[in-house]
Amino acid sequence: MFKKLVFAVVALGSLGLAGFGLLAWQPAIAPVAPPATVSFAPELVAKGEALAGGGYCAACHTRKGGERFAGGYAMETPFGVIYSTNITPDPETGIGTWSEAAFARAMQKGVSRDGSHLLPVFSYDHFTKLSDDDVRALYAYFMTRAPVPTERQPNGIPFPFNIRYLQAGWKLLYFRAGRFEPDVSKSSEWNRGAYLAQGLSHCGACHTPRNLLGAEKSGNAYGGSVIDNWVAPPLTAANPAPTPWTQEELYDYLRTGASKVHGTAAGPMFPVVQGLGALPDSDIRALATYFADVDKAADRLPYVSGAVSLAMSSTLAKEGAPSDPDARLYIAACASCHYNATNAPLAARPDLSLNSAVHLADPNNLVQVILRGISAKEGMPGVVMPAFGSALSDADVVRIAAYLRRTRTDLPPWPDLAAKIAAIRRQYDAAK
Amino acid sequence: MTSFHINGRLVMVDAEDDMPLLWAIRDAIGLTGTKFGCGIGMCGACTVHVGGRPTRSCVTPLASVAGAEVTTIEGLEGKHPLQTAWADHQVPQCGYCQSGQIMQAASLIKDFPAPTDEDIDAVMAGNLCRCMAYVRIRNAIKQAATQARKVAADE
Repeated sequence: MFKKLVFAVVALGSLGLAGFGLLAWQPAIAPVAPPATVSFAPELVAKGEALAGGGYCAACHTRKGGERFAGGYAMETPFGVIYSTNITPDPETGIGTWSEAAFARAMQKGVSRDGSHLLPVFSYDHFTKLSDDDVRALYAYFMTRAPVPTERQPNGIPFPFNIRYLQAGWKLLYFRAGRFEPDVSKSSEWNRGAYLAQGLSHCGACHTPRNLLGAEKSGNAYGGSVIDNWVAPPLTAANPAPTPWTQEELYDYLRTGASKVHGTAAGPMFPVVQGLGALPDSDIRALATYFADVDKAADRLPYVSGAVSLAMSSTLAKEGAPSDPDARLYIAACASCHYNATNAPLAARPDLSLNSAVHLADPNNLVQVILRGISAKEGMPGVVMPAFGSALSDADVVRIAAYLRRTRTDLPPWPDLAAKIAAIRRQYDAAK
Repeated sequence: MTSFHINGRLVMVDAEDDMPLLWAIRDAIGLTGTKFGCGIGMCGACTVHVGGRPTRSCVTPLASVAGAEVTTIEGLEGKHPLQTAWADHQVPQCGYCQSGQIMQAASLIKDFPAPTDEDIDAVMAGNLCRCMAYVRIRNAIKQAATQARKVAADE
C-alpha cells in the first residue's frame, strides 16, 4: 500500500515537473543579420518613435549619463538590483540580431530571443496588450537607432529567483497573454485611453500595489504604491487630494507637467510626462478621459469650487499666530512662492492646501521635493523650485512637513516622519 | 557644462551640477548685483527670476536651470516701475538686500496687481532687511503696483 502511494506521488510529481518543463520551455529564435535601416518605412519608424515616447522606454533603458536605450539603469526591487538591458540594435550586446518575431515575443509573452523568460520588472504583462501593428512600429524604431555596444552588468538577484525557468511558474500564476480588448459600452476615446494606460504606458506598473511575488494585485488596480521612496499615488477615488483629478486637471498634468491645483510631475513621474510628449493631444485627452472615469471625478465635480475654498479657508483658520516657530520657518522658506490670496489659487503659486503631496498617506513626495527641488525641465517648464537639501536640517524638514500636514489638511499627522526623512536623505546623499 | 539664458544672453557655465546658481551668476558670469546673504534660502538677498518666477539662487543647483531663462537685477535695466518707486521713496539704507527685495516684489505685483498689506507681508516676509526699511518697501511696492496698473490700463 505504502509503496503504491510513494509510486503515485513520484509519478504525479514527475508528470507535473514534465508538464511544467514543457510549459516553461521556449525555443530560441534564430538570430538574424541586423536589418538595414532602409528596410523600414519612415512612417513606421515615426510611429514607433511616438510609441516609444508613450511607453517612456528610455526611462528604464538608459542609465544616468549613458547613451539612450543602451540600458544599464539599476532598478532596486525587493528581490535585488536588476539592470535594464540594451535595446539598441548592437548585434553583440543589444537586440541587433533579433527578428521581428523575437521582438514581438518579448513584448507580448515576456520571452527573450534565446528562449529564456524575462523578469517581470520588464512590464510585458502590460505590453502584451499592444496591437501587432504597434509592436511592428516599435521594432522599426528601435532597429533604426544607432547601435551602442555596452557591457552587461550581472543582476543582483539571489537564488532561486535568478532561475529563469521558474519565471514560467510566475507567469502561470499571474500572467495572461493577449491583446487589448475594447469595452464596447465605453466611448472610443475611453478605449484609446484604456489601451494606452493598460498597455503602452503601463501605468499600473507603478500605481498598482504588488504582492509578495512582485505581481500587480489585480483586485486593487491603480490603488497606489511606494517605489524608491516615492509615492505613486492612488489613481482611483481613494486618491486623497481635496479636489478630484478631473479630466481637465489630468490633461494639464500629463500634457504640461503641472496641474494648477494638484502639483507638478516630479521624480519618477517626470520621465513619464516627458515621454508622453511624443503622443498627440488626442491621446493625452484619451488618457485623461480614462483616468477621470477610474477616479470617478464626475461624482465629485459639483463640489470642486467648494472644496477649493474650504481647503484654503480652513488653512487660514489653522495657521495660528505668526509667532509660532514652525509658521516662521515656513514663511521664511516657502511662503514667498506658495502664498495665495484665499479662494484665488494661482497656477504659478502651487497652493499646498490643495496639493496632492501634502495629502498622501506618506510624506515621501513632499520630502523628496523639499530636498531635491524641481528643475526647469520638470513640472512647469522653465520654472524651478530650489533644492533645500543643503539648506535645511532633517529637523527643519520634519517641522515644515508636520506644519503643512497640520495646517493644510484635516488628515492625521504622518507617523515615522523623521525616519522617512532620514531614509530619503540617505538616498539624496547617495545620488550626489 | 550647463547652458541657460541670463538677461537674454546665452551663457555656458562649466561647473559642478550642484554648484549654487548664485555662485555661477556672481563668480562665473560676473554679475554681482545679486547678493549672498545666508546661503540657506532664508533671507531673500539672492533672489533672481527663473522663468519669470522669483527664485532663491543660493539654494538652486546650477543643473536645474539648464535651458531656463534667468533674470537678475541687471536685467531690469533700471526701468522697472519698482526701481522708480524705490528711488522716489528712498527705500534703501545700506542697500544690500535691495536687489533681492526688488526681484521678489516684481513677481508680487505681477501676481497681485493690487496687493493688500496681507499679500505684501506674506510674499515679502522671506526677504529680510537688516536696516528695517520694511515700511518704505511696502509703500514703494504699492506705488509701483499702482503705476503698473495705470500702464496696463493705458495699453
